[in-house]
Amino acid sequence: MSLNYSFQFDAVLEAWPLLAKGTWITVQLSLTATVLGLAVAILGAWAKTSGPAPLRWLVNAYIELVRNTPFLVQLFFFFFALPAFGLRWSAYAAALVAMVVNLGAYATEIIRAGIESIPRGQIEAGLALNLKRHQVFRYVILKPALKAIYPALTSQFILLMLSSAVVSAISADDLTSVAANLQSQTFRSFEIYIVVAGIYLALALAFSLLFRFIYGAALDYPDRR
Amino acid sequence: MRTFGTPEFLFILAAARWTLALSAMAFVGGAIGGLLVALARTSESAVARGVATVFVQVFQGTPLLLQLFLVFFGAPVLGWDINPWIAAGVALILNTSAFLGEIWRGCIQAIPRGQWEAADALGLHYVARMRDVVLPQAFRIALAPTVGYMVQVVKGTSLAAIIGFTEVTRAGQIINNATFQPLIVFGSVAAIYFVLCWPLSLLAGRMERRQAAALAR
Repeated sequence: MSLNYSFQFDAVLEAWPLLAKGTWITVQLSLTATVLGLAVAILGAWAKTSGPAPLRWLVNAYIELVRNTPFLVQLFFFFFALPAFGLRWSAYAAALVAMVVNLGAYATEIIRAGIESIPRGQIEAGLALNLKRHQVFRYVILKPALKAIYPALTSQFILLMLSSAVVSAISADDLTSVAANLQSQTFRSFEIYIVVAGIYLALALAFSLLFRFIYGAALDYPDRR
Repeated sequence: MRTFGTPEFLFILAAARWTLALSAMAFVGGAIGGLLVALARTSESAVARGVATVFVQVFQGTPLLLQLFLVFFGAPVLGWDINPWIAAGVALILNTSAFLGEIWRGCIQAIPRGQWEAADALGLHYVARMRDVVLPQAFRIALAPTVGYMVQVVKGTSLAAIIGFTEVTRAGQIINNATFQPLIVFGSVAAIYFVLCWPLSLLAGRMERRQAAALAR
């Protein structure tokens, strides 16, 4: 097979300030969505395990809806359909909300599984020590639950960062949006997407190192597991 | 200006056959690729293990959308003419191979070591050992997560819309551009995906619970 194509990475490399800015926006979107999505998920998991029945039903409907429709469609829904109610917002805001809503549903199920893995006796022991109900949830249930499901939860965070490439479909200024703009100006599509795929790969590695560091700092205490 | 009515809904619904065709293609191709990845990842050859590990790392560590772009814009570089349908199919097959391969590797490794050793002791060579001893047992554990992963495959096909392939999501965009009724248009699109995916999710959940109950006994 002869390759009649000369690779030209100059145009891509010259655009490094744009790529750096796009990378930063992707990182910023992902980290913000991770923190907010985690908060949603903790509330959702609490509602599913100890909330009243109507609330449990509502959370279940939310989870099933989000998990059985594509992220791209959710994104279009937030970006195009919500302004029909008079809510005007930027592509960035719509992208962030879509990411939070998406992660919230997946992470709720993961954290719920973690909470259900806590033995009943441990919760009763917490109550017997005269801890308040919210203290029991915070220290006796949530923290060990997070430790138990940490690998599943952090790989969900990384999946979210990778699927954030999809927000380029509404031009949210993220890394893939920058790449799409560059390719329409330089026509060096293949070179650009190779470089950008490499940046995502590096980000995925950096995120997994960050999560390993957080584990060591916050959750690496001895237990029976 | 058009308003959203039955013909518009039917246009989107008709595009579901392309979503289904793309999903079937990705799943069948991904199952073959995934089996190769799983076998390579559990093989005794360090080269096969290394190649498969790099393949999985690359396809699990980069966005599916970028993989799609690379196939779509990369094929002309190699001198191949490619249309969005083939590009989406190839990218989805490669991506599904990596993810199913990793799921199945876990299932193969969950088969107790003693089974492998017993097969070895009976003088079974590699093919017979995998075909008659290890894979049938791994298949039973793999069924529930595989059905669950099919939901991800169906949802993943929506990205083909971005390179202009008219499946359900792209059909929704076309209708939305003509009617400017995004709420009902994307609501309908979401409903179609939900009808395709929810039964698979329920089935996967039921299989998982039955398996857990069987293991608890």
